[in-house]
Amino acid sequence: MSPLHPSAGAGPAWFLRFAFLTLALLASFVTAPARADRLVLSVSQQTVSISSSFSGAELVLFGVAEATDGAPIDDAPDVVVTVRGPAEDFTTWRKAQVLGLWVNTDSRTFIGVPAFLTVLSNRPTDEMASLAILRREQIGLARNIFVQRVSGDFADVVPSDPFRAAFLRLQSAHGLYEENPKGVTFLAPRVFRAEVRIPGAAPIGAYQIEVKLLRNGLISATEQATFEVRKIGFEQRVAEFALNDALLYGLAVALGSLIVGFIANILFRKE
Amino acid sequence: MTIYLPIAELPVAIFTILAMGLAVGFISGMFGVGGGFLMTPLLIFTGVPPAVAVASVSPYMAASSLSGALSYWRKGLVDTTLAWVLLSGGLVGTVSGVLLFLWLRSIGQVDLAIRLSYMLLLGAIGLLMLVESVRAILRARSGAPPSVRRPGTRPAFMRLPLKMRFRRSRIYISALPVIAIGYVIGLLGAVLGVGGGFILVPALIYLLRVPTQTSVGTSLVLTLVTMAAATVLHAVANGTVDAVLALVMMIGGTVGAQFGARTGQTLKAENLRLLLGLLVLSVALRVGAELVTAPGDTFAVTMVETVR
Repeated sequence: MSPLHPSAGAGPAWFLRFAFLTLALLASFVTAPARADRLVLSVSQQTVSISSSFSGAELVLFGVAEATDGAPIDDAPDVVVTVRGPAEDFTTWRKAQVLGLWVNTDSRTFIGVPAFLTVLSNRPTDEMASLAILRREQIGLARNIFVQRVSGDFADVVPSDPFRAAFLRLQSAHGLYEENPKGVTFLAPRVFRAEVRIPGAAPIGAYQIEVKLLRNGLISATEQATFEVRKIGFEQRVAEFALNDALLYGLAVALGSLIVGFIANILFRKE
Repeated sequence: MTIYLPIAELPVAIFTILAMGLAVGFISGMFGVGGGFLMTPLLIFTGVPPAVAVASVSPYMAASSLSGALSYWRKGLVDTTLAWVLLSGGLVGTVSGVLLFLWLRSIGQVDLAIRLSYMLLLGAIGLLMLVESVRAILRARSGAPPSVRRPGTRPAFMRLPLKMRFRRSRIYISALPVIAIGYVIGLLGAVLGVGGGFILVPALIYLLRVPTQTSVGTSLVLTLVTMAAATVLHAVANGTVDAVLALVMMIGGTVGAQFGARTGQTLKAENLRLLLGLLVLSVALRVGAELVTAPGDTFAVTMVETVR
């Protein structure tokens, strides 16, 4: 989904945002340098396999930055690794007191946002470039775009929005979102390594790794890689059975539960 | 030690789930309740998504209620005729309940309405049971002869036409109020998302004058049938039944239900009613406390369930 998805009937607000976007795009052509560097990436695993003992995994990403413009080799660049899991919709609820009772009074739905998001870098991303570039390139956890449905319109909101802040906080508390400013380490001036922690509750699906190289506060190279988190063996067969033969699966589980109940009763009989 | 759940898509601590199953199974076997009202929130607390928790508790309840029901059956404490008549009303009630739930959702704020009515209903039943059983216990203590029949007088609804003899329950009453009770349990079960044993056991004891232990045994049979059906329905409609989660829970639950059933059968009827009254009342208080106390975090994130 595009970050700004104007819908019909939004009127002047939509026009203003469109104009702003156009300006931002123009600005990016003016300030962005020619892609001077080249990035080569290598991920330790193409698939993270989930079996019954799975409780999380760790992926290692290696990268080499090649200077194609003959820049001195000791000029250590900044590296930001952003890992995005499959897109899902999430609703953030807010409770408030109504007539003495705590009830859900308000909610915001985030549409097509990553169910897993990790930002790893060699130093705090705030120090790497100007705010405009950081925002445009979605560098840093809070600067990723989280599209909300706002009264029929689709847009991201200011970072201080309480629903957006609470969403990031709660996803981080559940181990699904993470930001680590020391997650990228340089092995040599232009060779780096990053460890991506996949939690046990990680969503199933395709993951995208995006690596951005910055030199002197400007993007000098971007490269992407992918990996997949999927179930294997028994876990996969159970999930497929439940999906493909729902009725048979339901009957099997119901029958199984009766057998377990019967056996337990026989085992514990007093006679 | 953790085990990965294929449908819930997350690992859980296996011994935590076993212990939860054991404890809830004990209560289930003792009082003839399914235990879903306790198990579902416990599962959600351990991180299982609500849709998976609600669906996977059904096979667990089927297993533990069969385990308990068989032990009541051997003692002749199950009234199958009564169970079938209740079930016939219950099926119609479930269908109406699903329709009512859909209608309530379409007008919004259904969550609050459900919580409030749940709290009031359980609170009232719990309080009535508490008062009645304490009186019965005091009467027994003071040495007064125990009442030959169960408390209260014979109301008019029992003298309606279509009289039936329920041999095990030692009652000879009209089938109409029995069907009506089954209907209400089915309706409430579908709307509130609970098995209904909580309301069924007191209804059988106080409205139909079924002996306490027979009420518990018959309620277990009813829970068994409805939960086995619910397992299949959840699997087909939502695809959220986690077989691995259900298996781990039911291993604990069936064992717990055995000890619960044994304890329940040795207790004096009025003491059992007192304990059940306290349990019902504490659930009502818990739901009420959730509504009035300030939450630790005023925000919560839920994933929007993709419709199959």
